[in-house]
Amino acid sequence: MSNKMTGAQAVLECLKREGVDVVFGLPGGVLLPLYDAIYQSDIRHILVRHEQGAAHMADGYARATGKVGVCIATSGPGATNLVTGIANAYMDSVPMVAITGQVNTWLIGKDAFQEADITGITLPITKHNYLLRSAKDISRVFREAFYIARTGRPGPVLIDLPRDVTVDEVEFTWPEVNLPGYHPSVKVHEMQIKKAARALMEAQRPVIYVGGGVKLAGAHKSLFDLATKINAPVTTTLMGIGCFPEDHPLSLGMLGMHGTKYANYAIQESDLILAVGARFDDRVTGKISSFAPHAKIVHIDVDPAEVGKNVRVDIPVVGDAKNALMALEKEVQPKPRGAWNEKIDGWKRDYPLTYIPDMDIIKPQFVIEKLCQLAPDAIITTEVGQNQMWAAQFFVHKDPQKFISSGGLGTMGYGFPAAIGAKIGRPECDVIDIAGDGSFLMNSQELATAVLNDIPVKVAILNNGCLGMVRQWQELFFEKRYSATILGRTSPDFVKLAEAYGAMGLRATKPSEVEPVIRAALATDRPVIMDFIVNPAEKVSPMVPAGATLSEILELEWCEEGHISHLEKVYADARKAIFGEEGY
Amino acid sequence: MRHTIAVIVENKSGVLTRIAGLFSRRSFNIDSLSVGATDNPDYSRMTITVEGDKDVLEQVIKQLSKLVNVIRVSELAPSESVERELAVIKVTADKDSRGEIMQIVNIFRAKIIDVSARSMIIEVTGDEEKINAIVQLLRQFGIKEMARTGKVSMIRGTRVIKA
Ligand SMILES: Cc1cc2nc3c(=O)[nH]c(=O)nc-3n(C[C@H](O)[C@H](O)[C@H](O)COP(=O)(O)OP(=O)(O)OC[C@H]3O[C@@H](n4cnc5c(N)ncnc54)[C@H](O)[C@@H]3O)c2cc1C
Ligand SMILES: Cc1ncc(C[n+]2csc(CCOP(=O)(O)OP(=O)(O)O)c2C)c(N)n1
Ligand SMILES: [Mg+2]
Repeated sequence: MSNKMTGAQAVLECLKREGVDVVFGLPGGVLLPLYDAIYQSDIRHILVRHEQGAAHMADGYARATGKVGVCIATSGPGATNLVTGIANAYMDSVPMVAITGQVNTWLIGKDAFQEADITGITLPITKHNYLLRSAKDISRVFREAFYIARTGRPGPVLIDLPRDVTVDEVEFTWPEVNLPGYHPSVKVHEMQIKKAARALMEAQRPVIYVGGGVKLAGAHKSLFDLATKINAPVTTTLMGIGCFPEDHPLSLGMLGMHGTKYANYAIQESDLILAVGARFDDRVTGKISSFAPHAKIVHIDVDPAEVGKNVRVDIPVVGDAKNALMALEKEVQPKPRGAWNEKIDGWKRDYPLTYIPDMDIIKPQFVIEKLCQLAPDAIITTEVGQNQMWAAQFFVHKDPQKFISSGGLGTMGYGFPAAIGAKIGRPECDVIDIAGDGSFLMNSQELATAVLNDIPVKVAILNNGCLGMVRQWQELFFEKRYSATILGRTSPDFVKLAEAYGAMGLRATKPSEVEPVIRAALATDRPVIMDFIVNPAEKVSPMVPAGATLSEILELEWCEEGHISHLEKVYADARKAIFGEEGY
Repeated sequence: MRHTIAVIVENKSGVLTRIAGLFSRRSFNIDSLSVGATDNPDYSRMTITVEGDKDVLEQVIKQLSKLVNVIRVSELAPSESVERELAVIKVTADKDSRGEIMQIVNIFRAKIIDVSARSMIIEVTGDEEKINAIVQLLRQFGIKEMARTGKVSMIRGTRVIKA
């Protein structure tokens, strides 16, 4: 039997064989043949309103399900609109395949209409990329692309698809992957495991420092077994949140710039750090030369290039985190709690994460606590800024696939489309985007996508009337000169915005309204925007100033009197300008 | 410190760009880079000289190895390998200076591959120092133009670097 089909049909056959059930995209001229094939196939296509949204949705879908996310954009501007989303996935090691249309092969290089050299543009932000020049290569390239995207250290792979390649006829085949230059190192070296186990046994003050690699490896259970067997405290990076249950006595929460005091103190006093799937990012280490000065470092990572990149490693273990942690757990002997655990418990008692509650004005941390109380099992996505840090700090995270945040690139506008992608992948879960008033507007057009496709995600905007995280730095380090960070006057009425799209809009201006608003949002099966008017002066605390040592972590003063009134006047004026004398 | 590495890559379009892009993105310094065929038509071999300490070299090797089209990366220790570079040099030469230039050419076992009334082209192969030395000597006559290939390198003895 002949297997003849067009290139476009071959692409869809590949997607089917790779188990893809949903793609996110927006068509254009060169994609007409591909979209015609999509029309005739049973793959689910989610039409977005901006290609950046498609990339973040594919990313959110991938993080929530562990599968490869797929996004599609047309040549030229469609492809360049994907760029931020691809860079975001690259920085956070997210498995993704991005398909872009390209002009006909014979026009490439001629500055043809809507031509952009997208393989050139995305070279430094993809794990690998392809420009397809012949329909006969489609199945090989797609198979390789999915394989590369999901194996080893995952990442985005882009396939540029010229129009004529999708029109040409091809005999469909399904060749095995044969990549002579690509061999992810997943097996772990037994000798290194033995060394690591001995170091763990000998350590008096061990800390397990867990990163996104544990999520990617699905290694959280093995981590739990190891940590509880030897009573070692566990801290996670922003990317590792959820890999260890934060309500467990051994949990130290997040470390780093806005981590807990006790996590950072523990690192600085530790004599052995077991780093698993974490990459010693500068937000985590603070001043690198004084990071964990007394500690031996064991580093487990699937990417050999990460080992020794930022810090000297005493015992490198290259391989998959799950393999490594399972092997380690077998190798170590149970260890009882000791003085180190007591010391840490003392720090936890003395320096808890807190904020000053308020009866009149909504504290953003209070909103997060309420969300956690009312939707403890929800998937949380975040935007970027203070909202993101409070979501990390004040929600009690327990599930690795339920905290989804842009860590490496820090992309404002990520959380909302990522929430849509996550909801599509896990429709049984509540999905809540914890957002800022600045970030949300960067991809708010995707409200149309959520409404049109009936994707009931919830957005909780912590509306502080400012680009809060930047404002915080200006307050602390630029003598309160708020250059271009006050939004109040320029933000829309988010409730009306939601309604304009056909979604539900709810607002809380007083602490007592927070719970009813959240309940109402969770009760409906429509997309909802919750607009929480929160204290604009609130800062994320504690904080390690950039370039400082982790132990120099500061508990930030709640704003001085005069300053609060100054800010409040700025906001009062701004609100009056939008909402008239009564404000809201 | 300078290090020489041999990189076996798939012979596909865009591979050179990927490698050059990696070096610039990660701020690795390339002193010299040469590419050419190997005995296997599917693979090319690059010889790259990089500047940096041990940690930089380690990152260069590991990051290069991550590229899907890179098959193998090996460091070539200078004491264990032979290195060659080729240069063609156009010097000003009239009937007065021609004889002296030819003497220099002979001493360096170089070759004259083109002669005109007012110039000569000299071809020389050798390690970097030898080429630098002849260039230095030829300067007095006036170098009009020069092109160098960059270094290629190979381990002495029976050990091989192959895909
Ligand atoms: C406003 C803002 C503030 C921030 N503040 C903080 C902060 O206070 N604290 C903090 O921690 N972060 C913070 N971040 C995030 C920070 O920028 C980094 O994204 C984050 O610290 C990196 O996390 P990670 O080390 O877990 O690495 P990831 O980026 O998650 O990398 C994963 C690592 O695991 C490896 N890996 C992948 N798969 C496997 C596998 N199967 N087996 C083994 N290893 C594997 C990879 O090679 C890589 O090295 C902040 C971000 C923003 C935007
Ligand atoms: C696309 C993009 N542009 C700029 C920044 C720099 N930045 C980081 S946090 C932040 C403020 C975000 O404001 P908002 O979404 O209101 O969050 P808040 O900090 O107020 O909670 C900015 C501008 C960024 N991270 N991403
Ligand atoms: Mg804000």
